Amino acid sequence: MSKELLKGNYAVIKGALLAGCVAYFGYPITPASEIAEAAAYYFPLAGRTFVQAESEIASINMVYGAAGAGVRCMTASSGPGISLKQEGISYIAGSELPCVIVDVMRGGPGLGNIAPEQGDYHQVVKGGGHGNYKCAVYAPNSAQEMCDLTYKAFETAEKYRNPVFVLADGFIGQMMEQVEFGKLDPVTPKKLDWGVHGTADSKNLINSIYLDPDELEAHNRKLQEKYKKMEENEAMFETYKTEDADIVLIGYGITSRILRTVVDEARKAGIKAGLFRPITLWPLAKDELNKLKNSAKKFFVVEMSNGQLVEDIRLVVEGKIPVEFHGRMGGNVPTVDEVLEITKKLS
Amino acid sequence: MYEPILSKPKSFFETYKEKTGDQTITHYCPGCGHGIVHKYVASALDELNLTDRAIFVSPVGCSVFGYYYFNTGNLQAAHGRAPAVATGSKRVNPDSIVISYQGDGDLAAIGTAEIIHAANRGELITVIFINNAIYGMTGGQMAPTTLVGQKTTTTPRGRDPHNEGYPVKMCELISQLNAPIYVERVALNNAANRAKAKRAIKKALKLQSERKGFTFVEVLSQCPTGWKVDAPDALKWIEEKMIPYYPVKVFKDTSNEAEPYPEAKEIISGEKVFEILGIKRDEKKEETIKYEIPEKYKNPRIKIAGFGGQGVLLLGVALAQVGMMEGYNVTWIPSYGPEMRGGTANCSVNISDSLIGSPVVEKPTILVAMNKPSMEKFEKDMVSGGILFYNTAMIDTEPQRDDIIKVPVPATKIASDLGNIRVGNMVMLGAIIEKTKLLPLETVKSGFEYFISRKNLIPLNEKAVEAGMNYIKENNL
Ligand SMILES: Cc1ncc(C[n+]2csc(CCOP(=O)(O)OP(=O)(O)O)c2C)c(N)n1
Repeated sequence: MSKELLKGNYAVIKGALLAGCVAYFGYPITPASEIAEAAAYYFPLAGRTFVQAESEIASINMVYGAAGAGVRCMTASSGPGISLKQEGISYIAGSELPCVIVDVMRGGPGLGNIAPEQGDYHQVVKGGGHGNYKCAVYAPNSAQEMCDLTYKAFETAEKYRNPVFVLADGFIGQMMEQVEFGKLDPVTPKKLDWGVHGTADSKNLINSIYLDPDELEAHNRKLQEKYKKMEENEAMFETYKTEDADIVLIGYGITSRILRTVVDEARKAGIKAGLFRPITLWPLAKDELNKLKNSAKKFFVVEMSNGQLVEDIRLVVEGKIPVEFHGRMGGNVPTVDEVLEITKKLS
Repeated sequence: MYEPILSKPKSFFETYKEKTGDQTITHYCPGCGHGIVHKYVASALDELNLTDRAIFVSPVGCSVFGYYYFNTGNLQAAHGRAPAVATGSKRVNPDSIVISYQGDGDLAAIGTAEIIHAANRGELITVIFINNAIYGMTGGQMAPTTLVGQKTTTTPRGRDPHNEGYPVKMCELISQLNAPIYVERVALNNAANRAKAKRAIKKALKLQSERKGFTFVEVLSQCPTGWKVDAPDALKWIEEKMIPYYPVKVFKDTSNEAEPYPEAKEIISGEKVFEILGIKRDEKKEETIKYEIPEKYKNPRIKIAGFGGQGVLLLGVALAQVGMMEGYNVTWIPSYGPEMRGGTANCSVNISDSLIGSPVVEKPTILVAMNKPSMEKFEKDMVSGGILFYNTAMIDTEPQRDDIIKVPVPATKIASDLGNIRVGNMVMLGAIIEKTKLLPLETVKSGFEYFISRKNLIPLNEKAVEAGMNYIKENNL
């Protein structure tokens, strides 16, 4: 069987190994710990590195060191740990190193709780560290995508020499589903030429300091050019029954799964509902959203947060049609009934 | 003809092309110790023939521009994180020689966790620790190593132990750990001590090249600018003030006994990775549905609930696993977290012939209640016409609803008769598949290897499933 019943968190590691990831540096935190546990089990079997670091700060800096060799490497955590990693992520972006960071979101702020939430959108999508940088962000909504998008994240990271996030929520991490591995080709790990390998022909410099303001500005402009290319080429999305939709529901991760059921239920009740699901949160599929804002009468964003993605949707919509919002927090997952009820009221 | 007897080490660049301004001299202040230590590192690399393998990690601090000078691989690290960066680099470059070169603010304040744990893991790196009792780069603020009474810009009346604590002795700390094999403190105050410093640095790098273990050299180093003294007085200050507090000596040297670390394992790639991951890649693309679920129970949305320890999560996994093997889309979601510990646990399972939207089962078509609180909590949510399996061995009340099918099964009792109450969940599984024909027994049996981790328990689990089936048959339920 090339299919396996697997938790999303495990699927991440299987995808990472197939993607040629050679090193995992982590620190345990619920609901992301299975990622570290799976890495601890599988990585050494494949001659690859697993280190449980003393903190998330250390683990992201180990990633910096390994990524500096031009190899594929990764780390994973949840909100409190991602907050600690932000310094390192800024350095990684500034030094133009590729790596994959998985965030399995839990309730916040502070210690919050370990139930699923989507409150890390701002710190991940907007770049929670200092400086003018961006990270591509993939938002899986199934165990299959935890594998596939992790695999893809390594490609994107390497293509642009940039940190890339896989942003999941506790549910997507903890949920078991069938995962099909037949389609992924195992990537043979290699060290890219620009990396520091400790050899005569790799005396390269990995660095984010530019003392001269003009040089630093030029460096920043180069980064922005790169982000523009990413915006042009990397946006991914999925739509469901949007062709004739009056109301387009918008959500990512576990929320998008609930919204899909809401769309079906709403259609049964005679409401022309559709679903737009961003697969990349940055870059956001603006062209599609622009198309939809002309064909639909209303957008309805649902998140397990205080309303973070909705801000970006509103920026795209520019007031052309109403953008409504419904959010749950604290680990509560919106129910189909509750969202259906609001959808009916809005229609 | 003449031969130069003193020349710049080849591990330095000829001219410092990364540097702004004069590219023939360093950026260090006159009389600073950093340049001397740089030279010891470079000469050691030359003498040991390690230049090409070396990776120099520049910290935040005055030596942030280490990469101006070292003609090696260069990584610049965030403040205090050099040992973590060095760890990441060394782990993926096992044949390299990694040098984490750090100041006292970097190593003994902001980076305390990173240095202690890199040392404790016994990373195969060499740490050169410049103790100049001050923050040089930022203009002379207090360092963790600033001496008691020493005036700095942030201890204008001198370091007061009641407010700032005592100067940190890093060699003393590091040498307490098991993993480090060589820990020495040296000083730059006179020719004899400088010669020792040079030897210590070379020894540390040599031990790294022999894969012996973690090595740490602390250098008491002068900062005339930060200390606001001239160069000769700075040397005197090391001797008179620093050395009495920071004894210059070998704190630990187990290098003779230390066995070299094993060589790094070869990276496995290609199809073998699938083998390691336990994935059998087969050619057939789409697996079609093999077993038809009776119309009445098609696309079940299942809730299973009970006490933690009753195996409710595993029962859900079993249903999902077998459903998947029959070609269906499946999801399994636990109520995870605190709920899992002690109290009630529950999980949602979907088995569907089409894409599954919400995996959360809010209105179960099948409810399995293994204890009373679970039945009380979830019975009311069931869809009309749904089917309830309830564990009469643990539930002494009757279900309330009249519009559902009720199947009483004393699962825990049957399991206990089989000799292990923990298989009550499998008794329920048997009852479910007998009553609903949701999934075939044969596939349940071939699924065991996937969801029962202790293989010796498979026969017992099989018996439990059969006992559950028999209970339904015998009682015409
Ligand atoms: C996170 C962070 N905090 C503070 C600073 C500012 N900073 C730069 S160098 C330095 C002190 C370095 O002192 P030390 O490690 O003793 O090295 P020295 O300059 O004396 O060689 C500080 C606090 C920084 N760059 N990053």
